[in-house]
Amino acid sequence: MTSDGEATVPANEAKDGVVTSSEAPDVIRVEHISKKFGPVQALADISLHVRKGEILGLIGDNGAGKSTLIKILTGFHRPDGGRILFEGEETRFKSVVHARSMGIETVYQDLALVNDLPVYLNLHLNKEVVFRGVPFLRRQQMKKAAREALDTIGINIPSVTSPVAALSGGQRQAIAVARSVHSNAKLLLLDEPLAAMGAKEGGLILRLLDQLKQRGDLAIVLIAHNYSQVVDVCDRVNLLQHGEITFDKPSRETSVAELLELVHAEYRLSATSTESNS
Amino acid sequence: MTDQVSTKKPGDVREGGSLPQAGGGVALLRGLVRQKELSIVIATIAVAIYFSVSSTGFNNADNYHTIAQFFAPWAIVAAGEVMLLICGEIDLSAGFVFTLSPFVLMSFYNGGTPLFLALILALVVCALIGTVNGFIRTRFNIPSFIVTLGMYFLIEGISLLMSNGAPVSAPTSGWVVSVFGHSRWSELIWVLIIVVVMQTILSATRFGIYTQAVGGNAIGAAESGIRSNLIKIVNFSISSTLAGFGGILDGMRTGSFDPTNGGPTTMFLAVAAAVIGGTALLGGSGTVVGALFGAILLGIVFDGFNLQGVSANSFDVVLGIAILVAMLLNVYLSYLRRRVSR
Repeated sequence: MTSDGEATVPANEAKDGVVTSSEAPDVIRVEHISKKFGPVQALADISLHVRKGEILGLIGDNGAGKSTLIKILTGFHRPDGGRILFEGEETRFKSVVHARSMGIETVYQDLALVNDLPVYLNLHLNKEVVFRGVPFLRRQQMKKAAREALDTIGINIPSVTSPVAALSGGQRQAIAVARSVHSNAKLLLLDEPLAAMGAKEGGLILRLLDQLKQRGDLAIVLIAHNYSQVVDVCDRVNLLQHGEITFDKPSRETSVAELLELVHAEYRLSATSTESNS
Repeated sequence: MTDQVSTKKPGDVREGGSLPQAGGGVALLRGLVRQKELSIVIATIAVAIYFSVSSTGFNNADNYHTIAQFFAPWAIVAAGEVMLLICGEIDLSAGFVFTLSPFVLMSFYNGGTPLFLALILALVVCALIGTVNGFIRTRFNIPSFIVTLGMYFLIEGISLLMSNGAPVSAPTSGWVVSVFGHSRWSELIWVLIIVVVMQTILSATRFGIYTQAVGGNAIGAAESGIRSNLIKIVNFSISSTLAGFGGILDGMRTGSFDPTNGGPTTMFLAVAAAVIGGTALLGGSGTVVGALFGAILLGIVFDGFNLQGVSANSFDVVLGIAILVAMLLNVYLSYLRRRVSR
């Protein structure tokens, strides 16, 4: 399976050669995906790929199709055309549960955490450990496992028994990420994990992403609005405009200025266009 | 009686163990803030001490029995309402299920069914009523306030039709009668059994965690693959069954099944007990033990006022103030809890 993945890396990606992870196989590869909602062409022709151990930054204006693309990758929507290869094999995700069973985990902006429950129960939500034969929760074991899971990926939470409500926004986001990783994720989709977060909080998440990258067994897609963070933490940046990937460069070959210029060009175009529609 | 219950608490206060060790007084204060039920336990003890001192005749077995008679129905109905409130729902019809179930039992019993079997069948009917509530709530996405309001009048009407609006004598002999309400402390023992079982389900099983998760973050719970509709339907069913069981126990105790028993008073006092006991009205958190203490507190106040010859009307004034204070404390304590936990 992995050799297939390597074989599918086409020649036109050779410019990625400088990136260390370029030798790694693709975890997911999307080819010429399109999606229409009634008359609205949400995605026109999308091709992208993420390698093992790579963080791909996905940027784009509101309405560019980012969430549609994410929802296709998580199995929520089915694409109208094109194909998806997961670990080198063509795959059709039947449902979110199906995609998740293959190792695709998403951290949503609403976080899916239960504020009144302690950290360790949130980490085990719907995967609670119970005694064999008796349906009682093994709290001590879950606390220990939660502590280990957080330590492994370097999240510093004072107590795994505090309710999630007592944590800061960054810590909550970290818990949500930890939960996804904890369930043997192969592809992690992060939907604006840095939105509405201060510099210190954002730094916590960026460090966490870096640590996950060091593990080398995860592919990560990061949707973000802050270009400096994207350039900082991602290996490669893709820009999504009007349902198409219009830009694909390793972050070391681009800059915040270039990304801003690309997006500003679009604004100027929209402003002058008489037929501008979202 | 309060001692009996409070000895069961430590099993539930596991979280205290992980707190950073602080000095005795500070630790107690922290515990007070973090364990919602502790404040209601202390309030209950304080009120009990007040009435012991101020009225003769409070501290004897007969009066304890009277208090238990007051709060037992509220506590039993509250045990079910707590589960529903935690998952973000409410059952307004529980009070009339309490009224109806003895008449269902009697119609089976008069038809020749053995009493114990008739009791079980009556509880099955109650469970079905709850299931219908939950099914309409989740399948058609109608707020539980509306669904159970409809069921409230429907069940009230059926109770009146089945009873012809007049009380009937309950069966008076046999082990079933003794066990289910007639022997002196049987109702109280059932209250304790129900509270222990329900609290264990709530805090020690996956179902209990799901109930809290569904109420705390419905979208999040669904995203984790929890079948939130099923969780809600089961809780509606539990609430109805417990209410029906409470009605049968209470009728067996008094020896008469009365269509004026139960109803909105029992239901609202149960909800009040739950809220005073620290259950969040918007869902997500609460405990059955807390609701028990809420019910005991209301029972003691009710009984104390009787002893002192205070008019029953003032009870409502106290009840109203108690609910408002409990809600304010709830809000303030959850703010404090966040600060303490950081």
